[in-house]
Formats: sequence, C-alpha cells, structure tokens
Amino acid sequence: MIPAAFSYVRAGSVEEALDELSRHGGAARLLAGGHSLLPAMKLRRAEPGVLIDIGRLRELSYVRADGDRIAVGALTSHRTLERDPVVAEQVPLLAAAARRIGDQQVRNRGTIGGSLAHADPAADLAGAVLALDGVLVARGPSGVREIPAREFFTGRCRNALAAAELLTEIRLPAAPGRSYAFEKFSRRALDWAVVGVAAQERPGGGVAVALIGMGPTPVRATAVEEALAAGTPAAEAARLAAQGCEPPDNAVASASYRAHLAEVLVTRAMAAL
Amino acid sequence: MIGSAVPRKEDAALLTGRGTFVDDIHRPGLLHMVYVHSTEAHALISGIDAEEARSLPGVLGVWTARDFAGLPPRPSVPGLERGYLAGDKVHYVGEPVAVVVAADRYTAADAARAVRVAYEPLPVMATVADALAPDAVPIFAPLPGNLALEQQVTPDDVTADLEAAPNRLRARLVNQRCAGTPIEPYGVLADWAGAGPTVWATVQAPHRVRAEIAERFGLARHLVRVIAPDVGGAFGVKSSFMPELFLAPELSRRLGRPVKYVETRGEHMVHTYHGRDQVQDVEVGFDAEGRVLALDVTITVNVGGVPDPVGIGLATLTSYMLGGCYRIPKIAARFRSVVTNTTPTASYRGAGRPEASFLIERVVDLVARELGKDPADVRKVNLIQPDEMPYQTPFEGIVYDEADYPAALDLLLGELDYAGLRAEQARRLADPAAPLLGVGLSTFVEMGGFGPTPLFEQFGYLGGWESANVRLQPDGSVIVLVGTAPHGQGHQTALAQIAADQLNVPFEAISVLYGDTAVVQEGTGTMGSRGMPVAGNAVRQAAAEVAAKARTIAAHMLEADADDVVPIGDGFQVNGAPEATVTLAAVAERAFKPHLLPEGTVLGLENTAYFEPKNLSYPSGAHGCVVEIDRDTGRVSILRYVCVDDCGTVINPLTARGQIHGGVAQGIAQALYEKVTFDGDGRPLAASLEDYMVPGPLDLPPYETHHIETKSSFNPLGAKGLGEAGATAAPQAVVNAVVDALAHLGVRDVEMPCTPERVWKVMHDAS
Repeated sequence: MIPAAFSYVRAGSVEEALDELSRHGGAARLLAGGHSLLPAMKLRRAEPGVLIDIGRLRELSYVRADGDRIAVGALTSHRTLERDPVVAEQVPLLAAAARRIGDQQVRNRGTIGGSLAHADPAADLAGAVLALDGVLVARGPSGVREIPAREFFTGRCRNALAAAELLTEIRLPAAPGRSYAFEKFSRRALDWAVVGVAAQERPGGGVAVALIGMGPTPVRATAVEEALAAGTPAAEAARLAAQGCEPPDNAVASASYRAHLAEVLVTRAMAAL
Repeated sequence: MIGSAVPRKEDAALLTGRGTFVDDIHRPGLLHMVYVHSTEAHALISGIDAEEARSLPGVLGVWTARDFAGLPPRPSVPGLERGYLAGDKVHYVGEPVAVVVAADRYTAADAARAVRVAYEPLPVMATVADALAPDAVPIFAPLPGNLALEQQVTPDDVTADLEAAPNRLRARLVNQRCAGTPIEPYGVLADWAGAGPTVWATVQAPHRVRAEIAERFGLARHLVRVIAPDVGGAFGVKSSFMPELFLAPELSRRLGRPVKYVETRGEHMVHTYHGRDQVQDVEVGFDAEGRVLALDVTITVNVGGVPDPVGIGLATLTSYMLGGCYRIPKIAARFRSVVTNTTPTASYRGAGRPEASFLIERVVDLVARELGKDPADVRKVNLIQPDEMPYQTPFEGIVYDEADYPAALDLLLGELDYAGLRAEQARRLADPAAPLLGVGLSTFVEMGGFGPTPLFEQFGYLGGWESANVRLQPDGSVIVLVGTAPHGQGHQTALAQIAADQLNVPFEAISVLYGDTAVVQEGTGTMGSRGMPVAGNAVRQAAAEVAAKARTIAAHMLEADADDVVPIGDGFQVNGAPEATVTLAAVAERAFKPHLLPEGTVLGLENTAYFEPKNLSYPSGAHGCVVEIDRDTGRVSILRYVCVDDCGTVINPLTARGQIHGGVAQGIAQALYEKVTFDGDGRPLAASLEDYMVPGPLDLPPYETHHIETKSSFNPLGAKGLGEAGATAAPQAVVNAVVDALAHLGVRDVEMPCTPERVWKVMHDAS
C-alpha cells in the first residue's frame, strides 16, 4: 500500500494538461478522480513517473443538451450523472449505471472520463456508453477526433487514445422516453460487476445490448441484438448472450457461470424494457 | 448500572477520529521497518542480494535470519522452535525473509523491493492431501514429516456403540480457512531508549508480550514496557507472537532509534496468521427418534508452513465442544495437525469452538434429514435439560454451567414463527417463479471465561485469572486499572457499570484504564470471551472491598457502628437517621487524612483483586436464519437472522448487542463470503480485499436479538462472555438454511462459503 515515487503536476487548463502529456510521453498518467489509478499505484500495479492532475479542470465537468445529442464532460462525476435532470430525461440508462457504482463517496470522486479511459472490462459506465452508441471525444496535439465507443475499448484496461491524447467529452444520442435496463450481478453490494448488462431501446427500433465482465473489454451482445431484430422471443435470444464472448475464468467466477449469468441478466433486462 | 444500555465511554474519541492507534504514535527520530516477504511457497534460499537496497539514500540497513541468530527463538512448542525470519528455506508465500529499516516508509518499501532473493524451488504442498502424500517431503525442518501432531483426545472407542446404533451416517465437513481482517492490521513501535524497550503494539495480552520480550532479551520485566493503545479489532489474530514484536525492539536497540512496523493490508492477508481450516470426518449413530447415541470424529487441521504453538493444538478445543448442547453419551475424537506450504493458522474469533459447533449442528440436521424429521424436533430430543446442569460432558473437566437450552430454542422458534415459515416454504416450492426459502437452526454452546489457571497455563499464560485495581480519588471519583486489553469490546463502559454498582458511584465518575504494563498491575489479557466473566468479577471484587472500607470510614465520620451505616444516593447514612449522612467525596478525602482516621487505618481507598474463575463458562443460545435462494443465479439472501443468546448476566444490553452483531457478521461472512485460497503452487488467491470477500453493511441483514439470562454459578457476577458466541452460532445457522432450501433437490451439503456460483452448481448438478 506504499506507492513508488512519482512527480506530480496539476494542470490549470486542458491545454496545460496536453502540454504536460506531450512533454512526459508514456511516463505520465492522468489523474482524475483517482479511484482506479491510486489503488493501483498503492499496490504497485501502476508506477507512473508523473501524475498529471486534471481533477480540478471544471471546464470538463458538464452535461449539455446539444440538439439530439447529449454532451457529457469527461470530468463529470458519477454522482452528477446520477442526479442530473438532463441525464435523467435524455439518457437515463447512464444514470441507472452510475447509481450502481461503488458507494456515494466513490461516486462523488469518480468521473465518467476516468472510468472509460481506465477501460476496466467490468465498469458499469462503459456498458451504458456502449449500449447508447456513445462517441468519445479525444483532444491531442493534432486536434480533436471522435472515437465510437465500439472502437474505444481495445483490451483489458487498454483504450484507443494515443499517449498524448486526453479524453474530453462523451457524446450520447438522446434517447428520451425510450426504455432501457441496467442489470448488474456482483458478489458484494459495492463490488465491481461479475457480469452486467446495459440495454437500450434504439431510436430506429431494435435494442442495443452491452455486456460487462464477459471478456477483456465491454462488448455488444451482437447475436442477441440480431436475434431480437429478427423477431426471436426475448428468452430465446437471451440464450445467445455469451456467444462470441471470452469471459474470464478466475477466482471471482468461472467462465461458465459468467456465461450463465449473462443469459439470466439479459433475460431480466429484456423483461424490464 | 448492571443491565443498563448506557452508550459507550469509548465512542466519543473513536467516532471523531481521535483514537490513538499504533500508527498514530510518533517518536523523535522514528525509523520504519518493512519486511521482504517470500514470493515462493516452498524453496531453498540460495542467496539474498541486498546491495542495491542498502545503497538507497535513507536506508539504515537490511537484515536476514543469520543477523538474529543470537536471539532466542519465538515462543513455540518445545522442539518446534521458530525463528524470526526464514533461514535456509521458505515455508509459505508471505513468510518474512529479510527486514529493511529506513528513515521513511516509502524508502523502506522501495528498499524491500530492491532486495533480490534467489530461490531454489522445492515441491510445493499447499494442501493437506499433498502434504500427507507418500511422496511428500518434510516442510518444517524440526519435524520428520508433515504430520505435526496426532492426538487421541478421548480414550473412548465408540466402534461398538456405532455398530449397535439403529442408524448411522457419515459426513465430511469442511470449515474453510478465514482471515481475521481487523480494520487495523498488525503494528509495533519499539523505542529502546534506556535499559529496556517501550513497545506499543496491537496486542491482546500486553503483560504476556512483556514477559516474552523480557525473556528473549534477558531483561527483568520491569525494564520492558508494553502498551496496547487503541486496538482496531483483533479477533484472536493479534494474540500470535509475530516476529515484529521482537524484531522492532531488537532493531531499535541496535540502531539507537525508535522503529515502527505497520503491516499493509496486502501483508496482513498473507503474513498475519489465519484461522479455522479444518476437515472433519464424522460418523454418528442415532435411534429412530434422532437421539444421538455415539459420535466419532477425526479432525484434520491445516496448520500452515511454520506451526504456531496455539494453532497446532487448537483442535483440542474443537474436540471438547463436539457434543454441543446435546446429551451424547459417547464421543470419540482425534485430530491431526498437518504442515502445508501456506500461511500458519492459529486463533480466530472462537478459536476451535465454532468448528465444533458447526460440526454438531450440521450433523443434527443430517440426522433429521435422514429420518425425515424436522430439525427442531431432533434438537429437542437431544438437548441437555436445565435440571441436568452443571453438566459433565464426556470430556474430563468440561462441565457446562447453568443454562436452559430448550427455553432458548422455544423462544427462537416462536420469534421465527417457525410453523409459518414452513408453510411459506411449501408454498414457494410449488411456485417455480418464487425464490426458494430455507430455514436454518443453530442451538449452540461454546466456551467463554478463559481461565482457570491450570488450563490457561497450557497456552503459555502466567494464569487464567484477571486483575483489577480500584482506586478512589480524593474527590470520590474512581480510577479502575484492569488487566485485560480490549480491542472493541467496550471495557471502559461495562467495567465502569460493574464498579458503579459496588461503590455506589455515578457511572460518569469512573474511568477504566488498561493496556499499559507500566500502569496496570499484572494482567492476563483479552481473548476467549473472558472480559466480563473474569475481569468483570475482578473489578467487582476489588470494588466491593473498597466499598467496605469506605463504609467503615463513613461510620467513623458519622460516629456510628459500621453495621448501622447504609449506602444512600451519593454517600452513606446512619440507618434510621436521615440527617446523619456523609458524601462519598467526603469519605474519600478523609481516607487521605491520617490524623482524622481511626488508629491503624491504612491510608487511601484502594484495592487490587485477582479473580480466578472456578472453571470455564459456557455461553449458549439458539440462532435461526431464513434465506431466500434465487433459482436463476444461486444467490443466497438472508431475509431474517434471529438470535437468542444466553451469556448469563448481561452487563450492558447495548454493547452485548454490538458483540452479537459483530460475531454474527463474521459468522455470516464465513458461511457466504470469505475463504482464503491458494493455487496449486501455494500462491495466495485472496491476498487483498478485492478478492477476499469481507461483506459490508449492505451485504448483511438486520439482526433480531433476544436474551435469556441464566446466571452462571461459576462466578459471582453470573456472566458467561459473549465475544465469540455470534461467530460460533452463525455459520451453521446460515448453511443449514441454505441446505434446507435445496433439500427437495436431494442436496445434503453445501460447502462454505455458499457463493452464488457454488449454490448454482449444486442446484444445477442436483436437478
């Protein structure tokens, strides 16, 4: 529980943060809420040489309705997502997922950008953003680019950001009045999901289904989505939940139990829609 | 005051962050000690390269086993001496191999990582089966094999009784390994400033620790001062003699500066000793009514890589308690303690007795199931009746004190609405959409009030008594010094209540101090549910003698005969003369005025008492658990948890309830969540709180608590102790409920912890 030595800089603006990132290259890690990074450092699973603290960049904490899209600043806390009226009305799935993260202290500190960039395959918000067909906005030395959520998670705790890029915003298609469901199975109330399901009724019809805890990244349950689109009854479609997944097989849960949970949770999510 | 639910005196400081724990203590020039732990489960150490570590700025040194060769070994079973650091070989992952001291904790941690240890792997035997296999090699050098101890606890052979019984069944029960996980891990700060060290440590028995330190360093005991400040939970795991208790003083002596060691959580999970880890092979003979006629038990204990002197014999206590609260005429018990390449095991809340209670309560349920009878009915035909108390068990010296086991069970069944639950269970069984319902009972008895001396000496203690000094201040307020060293039990509160009643002094006017060998007279410590039954009686006795003396002084002041003086509100009065009164404050002040006292009166109002209990006490009760099982996921949810406890006299219902809540929480944790596991290479798989599933408040149910107060005749207070009852009662209440919910599938047992996946697999395999 004693981290290795590191240097610390606090960025006063997004530009400063980008400058620091460019200067330190791969040795630096961005510190937002710190709820994943700091424990990893204390356990010496992460030993960054430099911490660039972006936690006070208030300019990155916002929720805005932007036409038919909702823009969420990367440093928006889970607690804000849980309570924000725009989120509640336009992308309630995001609020439902945020509500299931840790305890209130964690939700006060943790940020959506930090959670997504950390890319834990069992992260609640990752499932929601994936099911919502979100787009992640990255700023780097060469400007701004949009990365669809489906391309953002590249491996266990790996993402598509370049070393000098900063995740600034998450853009979500507004889904007012459309049904959604978030089902999470965890060993203890405040634990990470063993398996979780985020489901969202899509604007053009059909349902998007994302799974967490079922592989090295959060994934879309494509087989389920296609079966549902083809008119297959929900219970039958749910049986395809684990298709194409490579669920981890470890002390928390076996791969076969996770596959079973995926089916149960997709069934429940469909029933809740 | 006895029986009043007064809030705890301790809480104001603890709840506002002003407690003083070892890590809060700072000394000028403080140095920090960190271990290099073994990364291998079984290997020869072929070299330790500490050059890089020594060269780091701020590092004062790196020491290995040979640097402490001159220090006599740690307290051990004779012949099984243990050193402080691994010498030629390591026996488990987490065993300390070297120790680093640096000016700050960060540098110390960096230096520990810079120490390179070269290992030559040896075959790893992480399980009892591997350690006892024909090709196993001895793990712990003083022993020729891995069977460290094999003991026949009773001379009885019950083969004939089993053969004669109308029915027999066999079972293998597993009581998995658990970790104590107190909120505050182990910590020591040693400052050897003069002729001997002052040692602040998270321990349960400071005087015993003082004796062991003094002995190792060849010092007279008065030169060693051990202080247990606020201790953030212990649960028995802080009663083992960890190497840091001796290394920190030794390094302080060598370096001439204070040295602090505070375990990290990760270290705690592999370094501090674990508990339980028994496999129990049982055969039981019973008649058609379910009466248990004979019980044959073989217990196999995994004692880990370096046997602990308590851990190696702990199954003796399990054996003694095998009969539970039942009249079982014949019990044969034997145990084997086996060395494996895992962290050592020793005391953990209940220390051997929960394992027995689990065994007999599961067996009674199996008997009921076998006969198609209700588990409550089978319990009723076996329970020892109140008129049989005190009850001599088949084990010599194990005599249960007064209790009413049938009344506890009846109260429980009524509170549960047992018949209603059975009806609801049947209704749900018929409805495939409803979660399954299960009801589990646990009528339990355990040992408390550890003493008396002949028993407690066997664990290396000076005695089984406890001490109290009660001293009136000149203003009539009171300081009590007690020999226990609590770590959450609330002794400041409960012992003040006992003293208040004897002295007729307000509760607020009493302070209870403990935990410092330089302040407190010789003491024993806090473990084995001995606070109220032993220390409580010491306080009572000391206070009674002070009260008697105060009365004689009052009589002198009132110019009356002592027999005519009676205690009133805040002092004394001459019987029948309401105007002839004197306050206790005036009496207390007078006690310090020699010229105003009768000739020959000893100055002051003070007394020290040592209370030796006649025997152990036997807290008992009946707990019931109602669970719901999700048919799809196997998740077990506890709907209700009902406790009926008989701890004899209840000193403070509020703190008593706290003890039950905490104990039951740890029992539920064992039943549903926690298990220390290792892979085949002996690598710990639950070495952090991410993987070791300590449940939180949201995972635990509300508890319904009830009391039956049957006073023990074994001590004047009539108290039996309560610290371990919940942890003893709960695991089998939960597991019996889980198995009950699945019984219609033919399920006979579910191993702990009953995780969702395990329960789901059992359901899946059964259907």
